Amino acid sequence: MSEPWTPLSRTVAALSFREADRPPVFLLTVLQGARELGLSLKDYFSRSAHVVEGQLRLRQKFGGDCLYAFHHAALEHEAWGAETLYREDGPPNAGAPAVRRIDDLERLEAPRLEDSEPLQRIVETVAGLAAAAKGEVPVAAVVMSPFSLPVMQLGFSTYLDLLLAARERPESREARLLQRLLAVNEEAAVRLANAELAAGATAVVYFDPVSSSTISAPELGVDVGLAMASRVLRRIKGPTVLHFASGRIAPRLDAALATGAAALGVSAEDDLADLKRRSAGKLSLVGNLNGVEMIHWTPEQAHAHATRALDQGAPGGGFVLSDNHGEIPLQVPDAVLHAIIDAARRWRKEPAQGTA
Amino acid sequence: MDDLSVQFERALLAGDRLQARAVVDRVADAPFGAMLEQVVVPALQRIGDAWEHGDAALSQVYMAGRITEDLLSSVRPAVSAASAAAPRVAITVLEDHHLLGKRMVLSVLNAMGVPVEDWGTTSVEQCAAKVKERKIQLLLVSVLMLPSALRVKVLVERLAELGCAIPVIVGGAPFRLDPTLAARVGATASGASAADAVRLVRQFQGGAHV
Repeated sequence: MSEPWTPLSRTVAALSFREADRPPVFLLTVLQGARELGLSLKDYFSRSAHVVEGQLRLRQKFGGDCLYAFHHAALEHEAWGAETLYREDGPPNAGAPAVRRIDDLERLEAPRLEDSEPLQRIVETVAGLAAAAKGEVPVAAVVMSPFSLPVMQLGFSTYLDLLLAARERPESREARLLQRLLAVNEEAAVRLANAELAAGATAVVYFDPVSSSTISAPELGVDVGLAMASRVLRRIKGPTVLHFASGRIAPRLDAALATGAAALGVSAEDDLADLKRRSAGKLSLVGNLNGVEMIHWTPEQAHAHATRALDQGAPGGGFVLSDNHGEIPLQVPDAVLHAIIDAARRWRKEPAQGTA
Repeated sequence: MDDLSVQFERALLAGDRLQARAVVDRVADAPFGAMLEQVVVPALQRIGDAWEHGDAALSQVYMAGRITEDLLSSVRPAVSAASAAAPRVAITVLEDHHLLGKRMVLSVLNAMGVPVEDWGTTSVEQCAAKVKERKIQLLLVSVLMLPSALRVKVLVERLAELGCAIPVIVGGAPFRLDPTLAARVGATASGASAADAVRLVRQFQGGAHV
């Protein structure tokens, strides 16, 4: 390669199962942007311009290989008429479920993208980052899976009750209401993802924790969730990353491969080396540093954990170093983030410790 | 009873209420306590262990708790005077709005006939004040968010300031992803599952240190 590597060319090489100058690092700092701008989290997320500026400053500060258009999961839920609850030490949370009664699913309609301020804010963020990236830095957009969004829309226990009732009684009213909910959600997710790609996103991250083996048994997670992912991802007109927000995926790798995603988010609880063996040349892996443990790592520990992940995942390309949740906690020290980037820069360029 | 416990466990993991009921019916003549200790508790413990090792999903653990709670509520004897004098236990979600974990623990504790005050979501100050006011002797704290897990440290300190340095048992994803976190925030113990919560509560009720 005669041209200098850019974050985009480095990432494309990795996802094409080639090694570049170094493995790409997607340092998924989100909340930290508010700190850089000196804003409260509520103020920060209120305008796409803040998030764009925050991402640019974070990339300048740490040197990661992507710009991340993600605000918070509850923003998509806002589009359905719900509120978001803010705190200053962590990610915003969804307020009361947008769907108050199961009966309301009969009349559920998706928000119109063009009329929805929350969804427009998402798309504007993507557009702002794409303009700043100038084709040199990947812009990662996010969409909540139609199968996982109902955790916010209904509340987790209500949604689980509905899923389980529909499975027990496939001809029941509950089953019909569930199908309606998932169908409406699917159309909304496809529209949003394609709008993000049209706005300049390089890829769309499909957050689907409910399909992971951590959250749902195979008859739900595989037969419903990942089957739906296969259908939805094929309607998204660009590269996709299947991500489970810390949920385990190893037992469902075959189903994940069948979705057509270009890459798969790996949990800190998955065996990265085993997943690499099973997916090499077929599906790239993203992960899998433990964001919860990260808050008390020393820089030396961060370097060691990152190097270990690189040793397991990066040979032959097909790997992006990242955290396992899709968002790095605000409490992680800057020195730890610098150490992670440094580990990727030094990987295989310095002798291993203990060697001559 | 061991074989019945395995059958009960399989029924719960499959979400098969009818089969679970059939197992309970087969021991209908046995003392309730024996059925609980030899069939139900071991099954829930194994399901909790499977969850901890990644061999069972949250949906299965949730359903197991719900089925068990529903089944046992219909067969449990009335609360005796002795159990009415049991240590005062409360459960709360600390500065977090994710209630599923608490619900799952409550399902199993209710199924076991363990009286627990359900405080829903509380702040550190609200929780500490209620512990003092209600003379709570054991506190169960459930969280999903890392920042909420870190607030347990503040809660433990506040309880000590109020002269209520009671055992605090924590549970939730942050404590699973970082097994050292419970100790770092000053919790007495952490439970990986609802069945763990039962074990720890009973340990406390038995006078043992948790």
